[in-house]
Amino acid sequence: MHPAYSVIFFTTASGAGYGLLILLGLLGPLGWVPQTSVFGLVGLGLALTLVTGGLLSSTAHLGHPERAWRALSQWRSSWLSREGVASLATYVPAGVLGIGWVFLERTDGFFAAMGVLAAVFAVGTLVCTGMIYASLPTIRAWHQPFVVPVYVALGLATGALLLSLLLLLVGVATAWAPWLAILTLAAAWLLKTASWARADRAERIYTVEQATGLGRFGKVRPLEPPHTQPNYVMREMGYRIGRKHAQKLRRIAVMLTFVVPVLVSALMLAAGSGIGLLLALGAVVSAGAGVLLERWLFFAEAEHVVMIYYGREAA
Amino acid sequence: MTTLPRSTARKLGLVIDLDTCVGCQACATSCKEWNTGGYSAPLTDQDPYGADPHGAWLNRVHAYEVGEGAQSRTVHFPRSCLHCETPACVTVCPTGASYKRAEDGIVLVNPDTCIGCKLCSWACPYGAREYDYADGVMKKCTLCVDRIYNETFAPEDRIPVCVRACPTGARHFGDLGDPASAVSQLAAERGGFDLLPETGCKPVNKYLPPRPRRDATAASAAATGVSANSGDEASASARFFAWADKVLSR
Repeated sequence: MHPAYSVIFFTTASGAGYGLLILLGLLGPLGWVPQTSVFGLVGLGLALTLVTGGLLSSTAHLGHPERAWRALSQWRSSWLSREGVASLATYVPAGVLGIGWVFLERTDGFFAAMGVLAAVFAVGTLVCTGMIYASLPTIRAWHQPFVVPVYVALGLATGALLLSLLLLLVGVATAWAPWLAILTLAAAWLLKTASWARADRAERIYTVEQATGLGRFGKVRPLEPPHTQPNYVMREMGYRIGRKHAQKLRRIAVMLTFVVPVLVSALMLAAGSGIGLLLALGAVVSAGAGVLLERWLFFAEAEHVVMIYYGREAA
Repeated sequence: MTTLPRSTARKLGLVIDLDTCVGCQACATSCKEWNTGGYSAPLTDQDPYGADPHGAWLNRVHAYEVGEGAQSRTVHFPRSCLHCETPACVTVCPTGASYKRAEDGIVLVNPDTCIGCKLCSWACPYGAREYDYADGVMKKCTLCVDRIYNETFAPEDRIPVCVRACPTGARHFGDLGDPASAVSQLAAERGGFDLLPETGCKPVNKYLPPRPRRDATAASAAATGVSANSGDEASASARFFAWADKVLSR
């Protein structure tokens, strides 16, 4: 599949934003994070900026971005529509939580309920994003049970790294924040490994003989394509990356997304707050770049069944 | 609405004969010509006179070589929207621009509400939907919805333009929901099949397989899966029919 950069940026930025929002919505009411206006403003501000920036960027791949509002109408059948509805719905409790936190310095009672609701809606949005891909049987690598958990786990893990950074930024050094990052990163790593293993092992069940219905006459070989230059279907669905390159890029993605941030978070447990801030920033940058690469690979490695009409032997 | 109708009154579609298609591209070019002025207008091209010309076409004719050696054959393979009974492209549409008509089963895109997210093209296993890079919306076969009900046309012209243009009669149009219709009868008689039934999209369009080769009856019978009994007592009749077929084919 052709990697659409606006969508890759969207899921990376919004994923981290929703992850941070989930943690703030739950940990704010629990009193694990400072209930000051400043922390509320910086924390929720960063979360909603990432979410909004991502959502706006996602409209850049549309042929008609000005009609994007129409995408809110078909939530009965479409996961993309559900994602749109869930993403907008999240703003309501998140906004109310923000009012309580920033202006009243309160995250209890009604505002606590709003925090939990914001977290639930944010998880819902991440699930919808994953389901857009997981619900497509035409793409073997995506149509599997690990895709949705990976989107949720990576959102939480990058959110936890951001939270770690924010806490140090306001001068609060905690042991649980790096630990939370390590645990969520480990969970995401495990799920992503399972997802890759599953995609690699999945049987290529479709053949050109099957697709054309001509297998009864013997082996089917493409003779003439319908046109001289690649068409839309081939440009969009025919993107292909060499297996060797993919393996190398996967290793780089694992290093950036998981290994470096986990080691850095472990170091933060030992280091003082001055160097800790730099370390936390490094972990965020590394994981951000890693998730961007992981999402790029998610597209580049995915094979679409239609390409067997265009000469791929199986899909 | 992108939720599907429970059932459609009719199932309009095409029956495409892979035996008689000669790959002349008349269906594809007439489709492009009609649809760049009809419902799907404009059906744009990019870099049409440059080094990398491409554009939205709603019908594309592949050619495959099938089988080995003397038994191999060229099969021309037109591919367009199959107007599925459960089209995956429709239910994924976030805006409701994609829909399946309850009255005749035609799958259409409303060009005024499509946002060009391309998700429908990801969902379709058949590559039936193409993005129009200039128009910013998805284009697909309309089954010439702007011809088949057009009462200003002579009755013989009220068929999809690809069917009208086909010089070998390899394309047939009709109601595949009515078992008594000519297209249903033809599909039943010739063993019409669905493309990739495994995907569960339940295509309405049917493809007719190439007929067995006339000059090598026994071998082609084996290739088509019709068992030519090996053994001496059966081969006498098989040889007779092979001889009869050869004589009658002259």
